[in-house]
Amino acid sequence: MRSSALPPRILVLHAGVVALLFALNFVLPEYHHAVLARVMLLSVFAMGYNILFGYTGLLSLGHAMFFAAGLYGAGLSVYHLGWSIPAGLAAGIACGAALSTAIGLLALRTTGVAFMIVTMMFAQVFYLLTFYFAEWTGGDDGIVLSQEIRRFFVGDFYLNLTDPTTRYLLALAIFAIVLFATLIAVRSSFGRVLVAIRENEDRARMLGYDTFANKLAAVVLSGTICATAGAAYALLFGYAGSTFAGVQYSILPLLWVLLGGAATTLGPFIGTLFMYYVIDITSSYTSAYLLIVGIALILLVLFFPKGILGTIRARWAGWLP
Amino acid sequence: MTDTISNPGPARLRLDRRTVLKGVAASAGLAAAPGFVRYSQAQSAAPIRIGFQCHRTGIGAAYGRWYEKTTNAAVKLINDAGGINGRPVEIIVEDDGTDAKRGAEVVAKFASQHKTDIVYGTLFSHVVTGSAPTAGELKIPYYVVSEGYHVASGKMNRYCLQPGITDVRSQVTSVAPWIAANAGKKVTMIFPDYAFGYDHRDYLPPALKAQGAEVIAQIAIPPTESSFTRYFPQIPAETEVIYHVMVGPAVLTFVKELGEFYGSNRPQLFGFIDSLEAVDINSPGLEFLDGSHFWEGSPRYAQPNDSDAQKVYRAAVGIDDNGAAVGDPKDVSTAAHMFGCWETLYVIKKAMEDSGYKGPEDRAKLIEATEALTEFKEGNEHPQGDKVFNGKNHQCYGHQNISKLEGGKLNVVHRTSIEDGHYEVEADYTTQPL
Repeated sequence: MRSSALPPRILVLHAGVVALLFALNFVLPEYHHAVLARVMLLSVFAMGYNILFGYTGLLSLGHAMFFAAGLYGAGLSVYHLGWSIPAGLAAGIACGAALSTAIGLLALRTTGVAFMIVTMMFAQVFYLLTFYFAEWTGGDDGIVLSQEIRRFFVGDFYLNLTDPTTRYLLALAIFAIVLFATLIAVRSSFGRVLVAIRENEDRARMLGYDTFANKLAAVVLSGTICATAGAAYALLFGYAGSTFAGVQYSILPLLWVLLGGAATTLGPFIGTLFMYYVIDITSSYTSAYLLIVGIALILLVLFFPKGILGTIRARWAGWLP
Repeated sequence: MTDTISNPGPARLRLDRRTVLKGVAASAGLAAAPGFVRYSQAQSAAPIRIGFQCHRTGIGAAYGRWYEKTTNAAVKLINDAGGINGRPVEIIVEDDGTDAKRGAEVVAKFASQHKTDIVYGTLFSHVVTGSAPTAGELKIPYYVVSEGYHVASGKMNRYCLQPGITDVRSQVTSVAPWIAANAGKKVTMIFPDYAFGYDHRDYLPPALKAQGAEVIAQIAIPPTESSFTRYFPQIPAETEVIYHVMVGPAVLTFVKELGEFYGSNRPQLFGFIDSLEAVDINSPGLEFLDGSHFWEGSPRYAQPNDSDAQKVYRAAVGIDDNGAAVGDPKDVSTAAHMFGCWETLYVIKKAMEDSGYKGPEDRAKLIEATEALTEFKEGNEHPQGDKVFNGKNHQCYGHQNISKLEGGKLNVVHRTSIEDGHYEVEADYTTQPL
């Protein structure tokens, strides 16, 4: 995977975002500090989705299953098998990688609308499996990882995942790793092939690229990133339930990415943050907050069809990755 | 939001139009983002702030609306009577969308943005389970009105309590003797294949067995199902009682299809009213249920022997003799459950008074004071009936009602004793640190 060197301003921008988020750890009020920790993890979910939707042009309606694969892979191994938190995280990520490989091999036999439907159906199967195996998963009630489990030593280093600062910094670390991994991936030859497939798959194939293999790699990368978010979510917030495998958690990353800007590295974070606060603020004032969210989305699509960062890139900053 | 903002700003400001406009804009921005503003510390006469985690939207919205009405009615009475420890009670509502993830976020919002003293009022068990870890981490008392067995089972944490409504395991255990003695000995269960159904699935068979009856089939219906006809052939022919519980929004279809399947020659039916809460029992399609029996936590229809406390409660909440909103017969309440809000608020009041609760620094004392409670006497504060409270598993136990649907009304035909609902308690939250 050859990658062209990162131009300084791109490097500065992304490092600056991470540095800003690090600095916010020390100044944000308690509530917004906790919100940002959640948003960073959820935006990792969106970044994973963006690899497939934004860069590869494959619209999946089933990514909740990858998030939930990580969530349950981590949660169940810690809860039932007594695995350590790091081992649980690894298990969650591995589950996501394995599931996305299997789903990719099957779903990529289809394209377009059929791909959407097939991914949605697989996700529905996954959702119902969380009920079928309710003896282990707890079904919709889910399972709770106690505070004791989430306080542990890594060597001599004590980690308390119930501590807000620890949680924030770990979420930031995962966010930063995935952000830079995404940046490197999309600027590599692999990333450019994905864009080529998105723009014209037949032409990419004619040029000699194995489009199936590249799309499969995109599904696996995307699914694994989403599973990482899910695994971290279960461990940092202590809960895994079938809600997260439901269809709305397949739609949400699509909305976050559309809002922030598809095929932009920072768009998923901006979209997730924006959406979180729109719901958070409007729901305090009216039970019709989804109406407001809907109107906001319509306005954005009308006036910023490429999303917030996508529009900025199109109009003012073409260099944004 | 009634909080005031104290933001003195620079000492020397030139007060021109532009400055004023900037000031107004900044103030509006701050008002829209209250989390950035430090609330003033609670003063002795400042309200006790209770965060109400409400299902205003999502699948629990019908329940949420009536939980809110009941809460407002109880708080009005509490405030009219002098509040708690001489301080008025203020309810701050946040919608959790009946969603586990949002529920946890709302608990965090109450604790760290609204700075409420406690969080209260959640019904759906998956929202409780998803929110409880956050309540435990933030050490904010979390009084739920959920009826799930999750609190009593010991799977939550010390900050999670359910003192105002009995749990499903207890309800199921209570009604089993009546079913065995009056409805039949061979029972087929039809239940939703999710958490609410599991409590029934797991605890009815042993309770019936203890009474000499047996569950001969269990039919779990997936949550995505909208038609039920294909499940009915699984009901054994020797079934004497069909025990049905919440089947979600498709309950009307369920009943209609069950009626078509059996015609006029049906087994006895025993159901939990949960599936028909906020639904007019005389709705077209529900005729098949005539003559069947239901569990009710608190009766929907006014009964001839209603206590004075029950009458006071119904009048205060605003429900008529048919359990619908006064002035709107179509607006049917969730009477079997919503009394739990009323009673929980009075338990909170009692525990705050016992502990001399002054503010968030006394949250641990509030938990201990709640755990120290042992019984609640029937009266205006507990209109559903007397109850006992187990401080170890944070769960109350009380009477249940079995009602027969006849003449378009639910008439209570049996009221269980508190002892009927007892089971061996294994959980002990008091061993957990505060």
